[in-house]
Amino acid sequence: MADFTFPTVAELIAKGETPDLLFWVGCAGSFDERSQKTTRAICQILTHVNIKFAVLGTEESCTGDPAKRAGNEFLFQMQALTNIDILNNYQIKKIVTACPHCFNTLKNEYPELGGIYEVIHHTQLIQELIDSGKITLKDGGHFKGKRITYHDPCYLGRANNVYEAPRHILEQLDGELVEMKRCKQNGLCCGAGGAQMFKEPEQGTKDINMERTSDALDTKPDIIAVGCPFCMTMLRDGVKLSHQEQSVEVLDIAELTLNAAGITH
Amino acid sequence: MPQIICQILFSLLSIGAIYWFVRNVKKIIRNIRLGKPINRNDQQKKRWITMMKIALGQSKMVTKPIPAMLHLLVYIGFIVINIEVLEIIVDGIIGTHRVFSNLGSFYNFLIGTFECLALGVWLACALFLIRRNVLKIKRFSGIEMTQWPRSDANYILFTEIALMSAFLLMNACDYKLQTIHIQHYTPAGTFPISKWFIQLLPNNINTLIAIERTGWWFHILGIFAFLNYLPYSKHFHILLAFPNTYYSNLNLKGQFSNMTSVTNEVKAILYPNFTPSSTNTAEHFGAKDVQDLNWKSLMDAYTCTECGRCTSVCPANQTGKKLSPRKIMMDTRDRLNEVGKNIDKHGTDFQDGKSLLDNYISREEIWACTTCNACTQICPVNIDPLSIIVELRRYAVMEESQVPHSLNALFNNIENNGAPWKYAPSERLNWAKNSQ
Repeated sequence: MADFTFPTVAELIAKGETPDLLFWVGCAGSFDERSQKTTRAICQILTHVNIKFAVLGTEESCTGDPAKRAGNEFLFQMQALTNIDILNNYQIKKIVTACPHCFNTLKNEYPELGGIYEVIHHTQLIQELIDSGKITLKDGGHFKGKRITYHDPCYLGRANNVYEAPRHILEQLDGELVEMKRCKQNGLCCGAGGAQMFKEPEQGTKDINMERTSDALDTKPDIIAVGCPFCMTMLRDGVKLSHQEQSVEVLDIAELTLNAAGITH
Repeated sequence: MPQIICQILFSLLSIGAIYWFVRNVKKIIRNIRLGKPINRNDQQKKRWITMMKIALGQSKMVTKPIPAMLHLLVYIGFIVINIEVLEIIVDGIIGTHRVFSNLGSFYNFLIGTFECLALGVWLACALFLIRRNVLKIKRFSGIEMTQWPRSDANYILFTEIALMSAFLLMNACDYKLQTIHIQHYTPAGTFPISKWFIQLLPNNINTLIAIERTGWWFHILGIFAFLNYLPYSKHFHILLAFPNTYYSNLNLKGQFSNMTSVTNEVKAILYPNFTPSSTNTAEHFGAKDVQDLNWKSLMDAYTCTECGRCTSVCPANQTGKKLSPRKIMMDTRDRLNEVGKNIDKHGTDFQDGKSLLDNYISREEIWACTTCNACTQICPVNIDPLSIIVELRRYAVMEESQVPHSLNALFNNIENNGAPWKYAPSERLNWAKNSQ
């Protein structure tokens, strides 16, 4: 398949060029099989609209987000300062991330350590591309008559007040956007934030992702749209454990965009 | 009792009440200042606007319309009826009766307004009591809502009802005395509420005067007592809501505080030639006890009125975990009060061998947090339980290396492979290969 190219920054620099945009893939986007699909979708969109972008590839490292949330400021700053050295060395100006956690950390916590970049989340980039007419989401097709609900990632929504960009994209689809009873500022966490993704939950009566999945399933959706690889994992697990995986898909907004825009290359 | 003795007694009681109140408030200020420094004096214009909107305008209350309406009524009643307290104090000291009555029709308007509000406050407090004790609304319960916090809430509501009753009773007697033209009780004020009760009152003039005086004294002594109850109670929020919203965290919620003391150490490791610009190193990283928190977290603790909105939206709490953001705030306040009492009794260097972490807040609680910021978003007075949780985590991780096993694995992976999972950096581009 895929004849799209994704140069690394090092390759571009070697050719004497610099990228206009750095795509920060993130750990989940790099290693998690399901989230790799989102990564590829974003690359296809970027290629389609001819943005001169690059990835860091093997030079990318964890932003330090889970370490910071878990209280390991040493490890966070080790990661941050090392990453900032690389980014500044390549004179990176603008970054798009596929993960709200990377987005938040790069955008809000790197500046104080000397890493100052324009950082956007991929849903914001897609919204800009739609607004400027660079991509159009075709009517009908895959989404005609489908009910789509959107789960706000905490680190995109409450943490950074990005509520409208993802919704703006979903409203362009020919489906019906249905809100959960808890949404936007009141959205319930999927259960993965604060390094919970990487540990067992404390003892309780149920898992947070099941609570959130039932919010989503209450809207009788065909598609649960997400904008975060960890929310993706949590909600997919929730849908599976609710035995709904035959009728409900969990998709990243980048995948929905790719599909609706009919980008195949 | 001769008039002059009443005046002297009243003046002494006023001075005493204010003296004790100021004394206790100073202790609270002293306790808040035990916290670490944090700069919250920037962006003053934005701070004033935040305070005006959130404390004065109660903009974050509206998410729950019914309590918001009732709370607004009590709040407006509290502020407006205090104009009446001013008159009572002047009357009490100089021995006049309704000293502001020469304001004429404006005075009538004032008293009429006070009466309507007094009835409003009375009804609102009665409904609040029903919500707490009969309807048993879920967010008023929880492991932290032990006997004292429950009683505290009820005492406040009962006191407000008693104060409003005394006020209306005093007015009803006054009005009846005015209608039978008793000297000293010259017609002044309109009494849209209390006039309905005059039929129930005795006709004996001396009894009426006695009831009126009792109502008057009960009302003002009740207010003095209530004033001095505030520093011991969650009700202190009526004062601290204002500075607490003024000193809000104005950054985006996702931005956690940067630890410059760590930056120096990390730079010294990464760059051998690095010399730190300042030599201030922290005594230790993170917080074990209340003095390790910044002063704003301590002010947050005294501002909390235990409404439980934070806990009701906390994903961990809703799924049965032990974590409750409200408990974090109540524990912080209780521990801070304990530390303050130790200082009063034994001096500043005294150590009681206890700490906020472990003696009050357990590890299980701090590790259950998803840092989702639902608690800070919902709090009507911008309290931040999350920053306390993060400081406690920092202590556990950086000072003690006591973390859940799986988080140790996470840290090792990030340190060794630059990823939270056990994947090598060389595998970072595998996502592209998989598409082939």
